[in-house]
Amino acid sequence: MKRVAYYKGCSLEGLAVEYDRSTRIVCEAFGIELVEIPDWNCCGSTPAHSYDPLLSAALAGRNLAIAADNGCDMVMTPCPGCLKSLKGAQETCEDPQQRKAFVDLVGKDVDGLKTVSLLQLLYEEVGAEALQKAVQRPLTGHVLIPYYGCLLTRPAQKARFDDPENPISMDRLIEATGATAPDFPYKTECCGATYGVTRNDFVGRLGGRILDMAARLGGEAIVVACPLCQQNLDMRQKQINKYYKSAFNLPVPYISQIIGLALGIDPKVLGLNKLCVSPRVLLEDRTQPDQEAQRVGAAVKPGPNQPGGIAGGESIQPS
Amino acid sequence: MERTNTLSIQQSRDNDFIREVEEASGQTVSKCYQCGNCMASCVYTFAYDYPVTQIMRLTQLGQRDTVLGSSSIWLCANCQACTTRCPQNIDVAQVMETLRVMSRKANTVSQRDIRVFYDEFLRSVKTFGRVFETGLLPVYNLRTKRPFTDFDLAPRLMWKGKLSFLPARIKKRKKIAQIFEVIKRDRFSKDGKARPEPLSSQTDI
Repeated sequence: MKRVAYYKGCSLEGLAVEYDRSTRIVCEAFGIELVEIPDWNCCGSTPAHSYDPLLSAALAGRNLAIAADNGCDMVMTPCPGCLKSLKGAQETCEDPQQRKAFVDLVGKDVDGLKTVSLLQLLYEEVGAEALQKAVQRPLTGHVLIPYYGCLLTRPAQKARFDDPENPISMDRLIEATGATAPDFPYKTECCGATYGVTRNDFVGRLGGRILDMAARLGGEAIVVACPLCQQNLDMRQKQINKYYKSAFNLPVPYISQIIGLALGIDPKVLGLNKLCVSPRVLLEDRTQPDQEAQRVGAAVKPGPNQPGGIAGGESIQPS
Repeated sequence: MERTNTLSIQQSRDNDFIREVEEASGQTVSKCYQCGNCMASCVYTFAYDYPVTQIMRLTQLGQRDTVLGSSSIWLCANCQACTTRCPQNIDVAQVMETLRVMSRKANTVSQRDIRVFYDEFLRSVKTFGRVFETGLLPVYNLRTKRPFTDFDLAPRLMWKGKLSFLPARIKKRKKIAQIFEVIKRDRFSKDGKARPEPLSSQTDI
């Protein structure tokens, strides 16, 4: 069994509790032992960065140090924001000019650790092929949009995973579950989550664009691997609809929930009931050909004033 | 907003500023040849006072006050689109990050509400070791005099059992608070010149 230190981050304790739950279950199913970092602290996220980069490095670094103390050489976090901070801590520790200050604050160096996202862990340690073999409940007939968000594979030199402009890891994992993953042009576009509270109109504008494109491609759901993207597109979907004058009704499940579903795990155990937009459409069994005919292109009816709507959005009307 | 007078721009040129930005960010800002890829990639250009290409140019020209007082550096979401597409391999997002840090130190943050949100976020981390989501919002709302921000979300989140009413506190909170104190003490001395944070209505963590 592979032992991986698990840094869940603050979001997964509150608004993204279902991401935590499904991550643990899916990892267990594939024989990955997650060791939650004892007494972990917040990585400081963007606010720490813009205060002083060393603050961010020290806050994130403390968690890495505890992981190393627990005999782990790999740290996984499901949150791309946390991952960025963890990688920043490693970089600071390796920088000869800042190394001393870092070690003084954290108590030790954090050399030799590998930090990965949940998506990278699943893609590289489990792989699409193994997932395909383990599928119990194929999601054949469902159209799921892979949305990576801005930080998961960027900046390329630091993330060192997949492609910064056109990542494909999540596409492959979705396809392994039997579902269809269309080419999504906004895979790595920023959803504006940072400004959920402070500039809600940004969220309406940027989130609206993403939901709109997903609906146009016939997506039934947008699959994400970031708690901030998820909250933004799901919890704030009503706010987005208000701003965008639209009526999107797209569930936004986590990749771990989709994989768990395909593995035949109970949707409630995966926390699918915690999503704000009901993911009921994902539970339909479409593996029988006659049910394929009932397939609904998208759970979306375009609003009367959908900005820039293409020909009234006929292409996304339920068939 | 006061626009920069481009005819007399050399008079307000601050060479120290260029050096400080390049040193702190580790990026050679002078390599930028103004192709505009960063601006075209940036989804926030619509909200900026100076598009990111111009921030780069103004930095090359040593326009400290204009750059550090701009709204752009605080509306940047650090999404890395500019960095990914820069043909000169400049980490533009890192430059913007450095400018934010400098603007905090110089107390020229143009977006008060964003600063308040960040301050309260850090205060939560310093106090509990983790962010207390449910507690953060009401404090922010009070301090920015927008008491009903996001209240529409509360009933549904309560129904879903996602709101906690007690903060999760870690055991070694003292260690976290200590990290904050050391950083606060040392963050000006790193520049080589001791500049205490000016006293003003803007609070600190």
